[in-house]
Amino acid sequence: MSPAEASQAAALSPVVAVFFALVGGAISLSTPYLFVSLGECLTERSGRVNLGLEGTMILGAVAAYAAAYQIATTYPGATWVAPWIGVLLAGCVGVVMGGLHAWLCAKERVNHIAVGIALMIFGVGLAIYLGKPYIQPKAPHLQALPLGDWSAHAAIRSALKINGLFLLGLVLAPTLAWGLANTRVGMILRMAGESADAARALGYSVNRVRLLATCAGGFLAGVGGSFLSLYNPGIWAEGLSRGQGLMAVALVIFARWNPLTCLFASLMFGAAEALGPALQAAGFSRGYQLYAAVPAAMTLAIMIATCSTKRTLAGAPAELSVS
Amino acid sequence: MTSHSTTVAAQSAATLRSAAAPADRSSSSPAAARAALASIANGVVVQGGVLLAALVVFGVFLWLIAGKNPFAVYADMWKGSYGTRFSQSASLAKAAPLMLTALCTALPARLGMVVIGNEGALLLGGLAGVMAAQAFGAAPAGIAIPAMLLAGGLVGGLWIALAGALRQFRGVNETISTLLLYYVGLALFTFVVEDVLRDPSSLNKPSTVGIGEANMIGAIGGLPAWMPEMHWGLVVGVVFCVATWLLMDHGTFGFAARVVGGNVKAARLQGLPITRLVLLTCLLAGSAAGVAGVIEMAVAEGKANASLNAGLGFAGILVAFVARQNPLAVIPVALLFGGITASGGLVQRRHELPDATVDVFTGILFILVLASEAFAGRLPWRREGAAR
Repeated sequence: MSPAEASQAAALSPVVAVFFALVGGAISLSTPYLFVSLGECLTERSGRVNLGLEGTMILGAVAAYAAAYQIATTYPGATWVAPWIGVLLAGCVGVVMGGLHAWLCAKERVNHIAVGIALMIFGVGLAIYLGKPYIQPKAPHLQALPLGDWSAHAAIRSALKINGLFLLGLVLAPTLAWGLANTRVGMILRMAGESADAARALGYSVNRVRLLATCAGGFLAGVGGSFLSLYNPGIWAEGLSRGQGLMAVALVIFARWNPLTCLFASLMFGAAEALGPALQAAGFSRGYQLYAAVPAAMTLAIMIATCSTKRTLAGAPAELSVS
Repeated sequence: MTSHSTTVAAQSAATLRSAAAPADRSSSSPAAARAALASIANGVVVQGGVLLAALVVFGVFLWLIAGKNPFAVYADMWKGSYGTRFSQSASLAKAAPLMLTALCTALPARLGMVVIGNEGALLLGGLAGVMAAQAFGAAPAGIAIPAMLLAGGLVGGLWIALAGALRQFRGVNETISTLLLYYVGLALFTFVVEDVLRDPSSLNKPSTVGIGEANMIGAIGGLPAWMPEMHWGLVVGVVFCVATWLLMDHGTFGFAARVVGGNVKAARLQGLPITRLVLLTCLLAGSAAGVAGVIEMAVAEGKANASLNAGLGFAGILVAFVARQNPLAVIPVALLFGGITASGGLVQRRHELPDATVDVFTGILFILVLASEAFAGRLPWRREGAAR
């Protein structure tokens, strides 16, 4: 970088710097929210809540990291594809966890909230156990499109670095929204969530529909987890997932059970997560810890404003017991 | 009161008794006693079977994945939980806050509510304890410690009561609102710990200022030599469990709460003060979690920091479910899980297994216990009792 460029870079005003940090956060930090919330959205539309996605995510993260590292060290020529195999494996781990959740919940008198929390504790414990040997080794990261390379500012360059999973999510959200509204599979899934009796009357097994929806949701949550270990922050460590899996439940309510709105809500949650550190870097050194509560507080405010003791939330699947 | 409403309430109460109460105490006929015994036997067989199944599953995990001898690991888990006097006191110390956080889920469950924000009430309760110590620190410990517990209980109670109020007045689901309130509480907690009350000398791990050596909750003095060392927090936990059990299983308050949980319409027809019941129960539930925060803070570190956010609240939810939301059953379940947690250190040292190993066991056990709900009441002798 030439001295002139360096001085230009230094001249980035705090407001612009915060703005680009938010854009970067919206793109990069939103990706795990996006995948896990799309997964939770599918599950909830079928009439069940999976609180265990936190465990699914972190287990997916460690599976992806381990696979990417092992493949890249065994076949150095396959380094570029190794993280993507990791992503796929994370999804498969998610399917297993989702299947476990659905299988348990299908039993009589088994509480789905409690099963979710048990799977969360199990998943986090197992991930930390299995991940112990992978704290030191470095796995290859997922590739990203450097769309900001025209800029001299490091802040802008890093903000506009678009990772591949984000692009996938960008396509996936409208696809799911369309599929839920317009395809036969989408209709059956929504029917299981709106009226189990109607689904049964038409000869569909509600438990089976919910099993498939929860497995699909688990797949997406696992993929969301792989983003944490393979891109941002791109390491394996305990406490990698900071509650994104649990927050997904709030996010889906915030997004009114619509996959397309999940995309916008995820961008907002990602930006909100970037807000604290950005303001701190810009010199606002007090109170940045409180910004971590912004997504939860916003969701709560919306629920307080729109809920009523007389009816359920607009857009909520009728079979869902938490709305 | 019309005769119709009385019938509805009586029906719902009868349904409740037969469905929820493990032992039918309101009747003393031999048949009822037999049914109660059968129910207890059923519970013991199912839970014992579950424990055995968990040991087998985890044993396979240890043998095939970890490459260890499961029996050797189990021997050390016993040693590290209740096998020695030293480990007994560690297990009891882990169990005390679990009892209290479990009540945060178990009490509202009587009203048909699923509260999962125990961790938030615990964090803010612990913080309130530190603040009370700031205000009363100079006073003798006989005043300061009760003040800390009271402050923690009050703050935790109001935090969960807020969720109860949102449910009653705005129809906001309490499961979601308590989860969201956990994140709000966590951010508040982090802000106060790292900023407002931060001890400037805590560099690597931001902590609040200490509560002072004199205000730490210490061991119970004058115990016989054969007993393990216990701290007063355990007494608080057991007293809370027994008191809320008496309240919820033997009083009119608890009966009214069960009617609300069984059939809200019947409760309304009876003229039960539903909102007051919900708010009071939430206040009580949250105060238990808040007190847990104070105890955990005042026994271990004597100051609030990130260590307090260690998942005791979330584990408490599962303890409550495993105890079938019965405050008295919470005590043995918390003792069991406290013991498993306490054994982690020894298992790690003796078998070179990561400390998360016992968490895997806890997870397996929780999952199997929840799955066993499907089998509860399905065993032959229980069916006989039910068909009576």
